[in-house]
Amino acid sequence: MLQRTVPMAILSLSGLILMLAYFSPMTTSWGETVLDWFNILAAVAFVLGAGNLLAVNLEKISSRRAGWAYAAITLIAFFLMLGFGLLKVGAVPNAEHPTVAFAGGYETAASPFGWTYEYIFSPLTATMFAMLAFYVASAAFRAFRAKNIESILLLGTAFIILLAQTAAGMFLTGWIPEESAFAFLRLDWMKVAITEHIQTAGMRAITIGIALGVVATSLRLILGIDKSYLSKS
Amino acid sequence: MDRPHLTCLRRTSTRLFVAATPILLLATTVTAAAEEQSGWINTARVPLLIALVLICGAVIAGIAIARTGRPLHIRKLAALDAVEEAIGRATEMGRSVLFVPGIQDMTDIQTVAGVTVLGRVAKIAAEYDARLEVPTARSIVMAAARETVRAAHYSAGRPESYNEANIYYITDEQFGYVAAVTGKMVREKPAACFYMGAFYAESLLFAENGNSIGAIQIAGTAEPSQLPFFVAACDYTLIGEEFFAASAYLSGERDQLGSVKGQDFGKLLITAAILIGCALATAAVFMPSLTDAASTFKAILGG
Amino acid sequence: MLARLGGIDRRWIFLAMGLSIAVPILLKLRFPEVPGPMAKATFNAIESVPEGSRVLLSFDYDPGSAGELQPMANAIVHHCAARGHKIVFMALWPLGKQMAEGTIKDVLLEFHPTYTYGKDYVQLGYKAGNEAVVKLMATNVPQQYSTDAAGAALASLPIVADLAKLADFKLIASLSAGYPGAKEWVQYANSADPEAFKVISGSTGVQVSQLLPYYPAQMEGMLVAVKGAAEYEMLVTAKYPSSEKPALLAERLGQGRVRMGPQLVAHLLMIGLIILGNVAMVAGRARGGAR
Repeated sequence: MLQRTVPMAILSLSGLILMLAYFSPMTTSWGETVLDWFNILAAVAFVLGAGNLLAVNLEKISSRRAGWAYAAITLIAFFLMLGFGLLKVGAVPNAEHPTVAFAGGYETAASPFGWTYEYIFSPLTATMFAMLAFYVASAAFRAFRAKNIESILLLGTAFIILLAQTAAGMFLTGWIPEESAFAFLRLDWMKVAITEHIQTAGMRAITIGIALGVVATSLRLILGIDKSYLSKS
Repeated sequence: MDRPHLTCLRRTSTRLFVAATPILLLATTVTAAAEEQSGWINTARVPLLIALVLICGAVIAGIAIARTGRPLHIRKLAALDAVEEAIGRATEMGRSVLFVPGIQDMTDIQTVAGVTVLGRVAKIAAEYDARLEVPTARSIVMAAARETVRAAHYSAGRPESYNEANIYYITDEQFGYVAAVTGKMVREKPAACFYMGAFYAESLLFAENGNSIGAIQIAGTAEPSQLPFFVAACDYTLIGEEFFAASAYLSGERDQLGSVKGQDFGKLLITAAILIGCALATAAVFMPSLTDAASTFKAILGG
Repeated sequence: MLARLGGIDRRWIFLAMGLSIAVPILLKLRFPEVPGPMAKATFNAIESVPEGSRVLLSFDYDPGSAGELQPMANAIVHHCAARGHKIVFMALWPLGKQMAEGTIKDVLLEFHPTYTYGKDYVQLGYKAGNEAVVKLMATNVPQQYSTDAAGAALASLPIVADLAKLADFKLIASLSAGYPGAKEWVQYANSADPEAFKVISGSTGVQVSQLLPYYPAQMEGMLVAVKGAAEYEMLVTAKYPSSEKPALLAERLGQGRVRMGPQLVAHLLMIGLIILGNVAMVAGRARGGAR
């Protein structure tokens, strides 16, 4: 019973306090305390994650499961970065306390931690993000097909935005005077009209629906009606 | 095992909360009206408080009506009806099922909704004896997912098939997580992929990789900016509020379905406010005498 | 033949996209940009804050989004410093602090060497907690940040010694790659005290649909993607050129414009691909009909 009741009570109480704190200045500090507790828990959760990472990858290596070499690389990278950060290996001496090794900074490329971040982590992350360009192209090629009226409208909108978002927009229609009666034919004008009016209106409708969904889901949790996140055993 | 007095206690506490929430909110509103200057209430937020009371009240009323046993009609969600087909296909092909609960923590309501859907997916996977893998980007999500999947295996009557090792933590780092999951997808080729939760730039990376391996893909998110990517690359997508309704839809519990019906009142309320606002603002253009009325209405709504 | 194009191996598309980006980069293609209303609004928001005001710059992104957001960060920091604003740097993303450090080194100290740490700018660093950080800062900054990133008490740093809450800033700018980011700053900071400060943002292209509802009522300025950065760079460099290091300024505050070349070619390729896909579909239908 305690396994389910205590978490539910904590959830309900925290939810009500945060709701109250938003409307009542006298209870603002209660809300701040709840948020402080969340921050503490979020920090502690890192330990839980690290423990699982070790367990899963060590098991893979010891049982020589397929892909165990990846697990080994993961653990080596994990311990290297942990060591560089915690022990401040090669830290740049602090100007005020040059003799205190632990006062040094380790975030510049002059230290192993900063170097690894700058020259290994950053490029890898940017590479993953850059892959989006390739996937967007292949998804657009596959999905943008003029099968019906709606998809033709979508296609037309995509062309307008794609052109207007570059210098091509100005090159093609920039010669139409902004003050003329034909200004609506300018791609930049059409882009603004589409994004600020049509797209924003649609997005507001979706956002309102989401907000109501969030309210209902939050209430289900606060009132203890939805308990699916808790084990039944 | 449930005992009668515990069930009674749980029901009583639920009712207490159901009763206390609107009363508390209503009391705060009344106090606000009576003691505007006392510091008990942020008067600027009173309109929002009233809206909250009305919407929460409607949701709670929806739950109460559901409890009376009245028939509830919730429109069918194709994406959720396809869950069983996707897992069945994975079982036939002897491949695994991948469930990605987004990249946010349990503090994000989308993750909670995703974990709820996971419960249903896990139950079907347990019934079919399909292998379900849940890589997570947050350690707390991993713990919650383990609890949920364990509960699903128990309710499917197959606790022995639950394997904790299939639900694991990778990293909090967005693209590190993407690299690990997509790498796994390419190597192991799961036959069904579920993406349910909060997603950002990684949505298309997951969905396009899933598409390239020929997996059935079902996604659900309330991140408006990622919806187009999922719609373009997945077989089914739960859009915004559908995703939140999914947990209630899948649970099949009357209380939860009632809360979804209660949301509709909120929609009516907002639609009415938009229509009145538009009508007043438009009328004010032609009849300047209505300008004050339009401004007052806007001020009442906190604009 | 045409019908078979519909099932083209995606690796050919990847190759075409790779070339469409690489070739303009290698040829250093540049195209003229005309500042749009959003870039002008962002520029005017910073201009309208009195000189020497305290401003907060939140670096809510990581290296993955640096391609789009770093050019904006460079231009905003240069603009704020040129106006003599006191800059408080912070981050809602763990790696945001490093991004801010890079901008301080490459732009702030490079073009404004008189800026002194603690007096003219300060680095508060990253705090875990996402929107909870913003919520708490709205009412109590010292409780969220009792020290700067290096561990010095806020009270010992003149720029933030009297900083109590977000309302003590005149402007908040979020360079945002997603959650937490600009949306959270509007929802939790702006709603706490809508009149006290202006909120502006620089965001990735994919976020624009989510942020547009807040512009311009709750967010006075908004830079969107590389195009937004390129337009804003033009406005900033035109009004605040560097007399001592003009070439370096053109390079550091020209990254957005440099990146618009590959963007143009890539967009044209996308349009071509979409047309090709549709031609293949029509050809496939015609073939099916003929049979």
